[in-house]
Amino acid sequence: MHRTADGPALLDRIDPRSRILAAIAFALVVSVVNRPPALLAALACAFVSAAFSGVGPRDMLRRLAPLNVFMLLLVALMPLSSGGRQLGTVGPFPYGADGLRLALTIAAKGNAIVLLLIALAGSLDINTVGHAMSHFRVPDKLTHLLLFTVRYLDVLRREYHRLRVAIEVRAFRPGVNMHTYRTYGRLAGMLLVRSLDRSERVVAAMKCRGFHGHFYLLDHFHYSRRDALFAAVAAAILAGIARLEWL
Amino acid sequence: MSDPLVKLERVTFRYGERTVLDQCDLAISPAERIGLVGANGSGKTTLLGLIVGLRRPALGRVIVFGKPREREADFRAVRGRVGLLFQDSDDQLFCPTVAEDVAFGPFNLGKSRREVEEIVARTLAELGLEGYAHRVTYKLSGGEKRLVALATVLAMEPEVLLLDEPTAGLDETAAERVTGILAGLPQAMLIVSHDHPFLARIAGRTLCLRHGRLQEAS
Repeated sequence: MHRTADGPALLDRIDPRSRILAAIAFALVVSVVNRPPALLAALACAFVSAAFSGVGPRDMLRRLAPLNVFMLLLVALMPLSSGGRQLGTVGPFPYGADGLRLALTIAAKGNAIVLLLIALAGSLDINTVGHAMSHFRVPDKLTHLLLFTVRYLDVLRREYHRLRVAIEVRAFRPGVNMHTYRTYGRLAGMLLVRSLDRSERVVAAMKCRGFHGHFYLLDHFHYSRRDALFAAVAAAILAGIARLEWL
Repeated sequence: MSDPLVKLERVTFRYGERTVLDQCDLAISPAERIGLVGANGSGKTTLLGLIVGLRRPALGRVIVFGKPREREADFRAVRGRVGLLFQDSDDQLFCPTVAEDVAFGPFNLGKSRREVEEIVARTLAELGLEGYAHRVTYKLSGGEKRLVALATVLAMEPEVLLLDEPTAGLDETAAERVTGILAGLPQAMLIVSHDHPFLARIAGRTLCLRHGRLQEAS
């Protein structure tokens, strides 16, 4: 979890459920707007939220990087196959204005949505997301899947490292050959078998404590006046963006 | 002597062709602490599993709290009253936080939210784990995991404890802490361990599992 030095960031104090709902609503609205003023407003709003989220600028850039590599490709390639006013040529291909506008629109939308998702939902503890999911009446199986994945990811990672070390202390050097592939195949297979074994032991442990298919949640979220205020502000901003687009 | 809490009568268990337990007899009386030793793979963990119905014997009877237990439904009632501590605490702790893990058993027993919160706080305090309630289970150290696993078992207020190598893999300080806590508990216990000094301190008598039979260890 990311925290600023002076306690929880402003957005971290908002109820996780409101944050997730706001992020979803924002993503829906931004994905259908196309006019530059509306997109710029959305981007601005995403930047401001990011500033209050407690996610550091470096983390933010690191998370945005993969998206923007893809966006750069779009900006480079899309204008080549589109009509509109010609801006120049790349070799034999015309570089069209319509394509550039479209590519930039997509880049703006993508960045605004991802930035806001990171700001609102990305700083949530994964366990909190699990709890919020069950409050949203997401099917129990999905919630359990998420929480178990989080719980056992680390155990599996350690198991993988143990196997990895066991391989390396016997002078294994990966290369492009059959021996390497076979070794990795066995590593993956062994990991799978061990996971299966472990899952059986976990089920046994759960049965011993009287599990009958239902998880009880200990922590409950509290919806406060601050959350109502947050919801009102979020709704107003979304209405503003919609107005810039359609009026 | 009062009636035993747990009784195995001529229990036989096989993994495929291999007979792990061969007409094995065992009785655990109230407040009795029995150590269980035996070679690796001799069936000690299997024996614990039989008592809580994780495995079913091929032959013989498992009698817990005076009633023969045969079907899953019979054992469901047993599991709240017989607490099993697993060898690997990672198998036992599967909830995101310590408090939720400790609360899991009591909730399943049908306790109310208020009762559960009270039990969680009390159990953690008894084991000296105050302040651990909101810790994330997978980030705990090995010793802390073992103690929390013990807390999840004790939270169900069992009458019998089955402990599978409770001190294995712990450093001296952590092992000492676990030993001290176990020594102070009132429950009857069956304790699997390879740690002889530990058993000498905790257990009243020690049984050895060899060739599928239990015998008094010297």
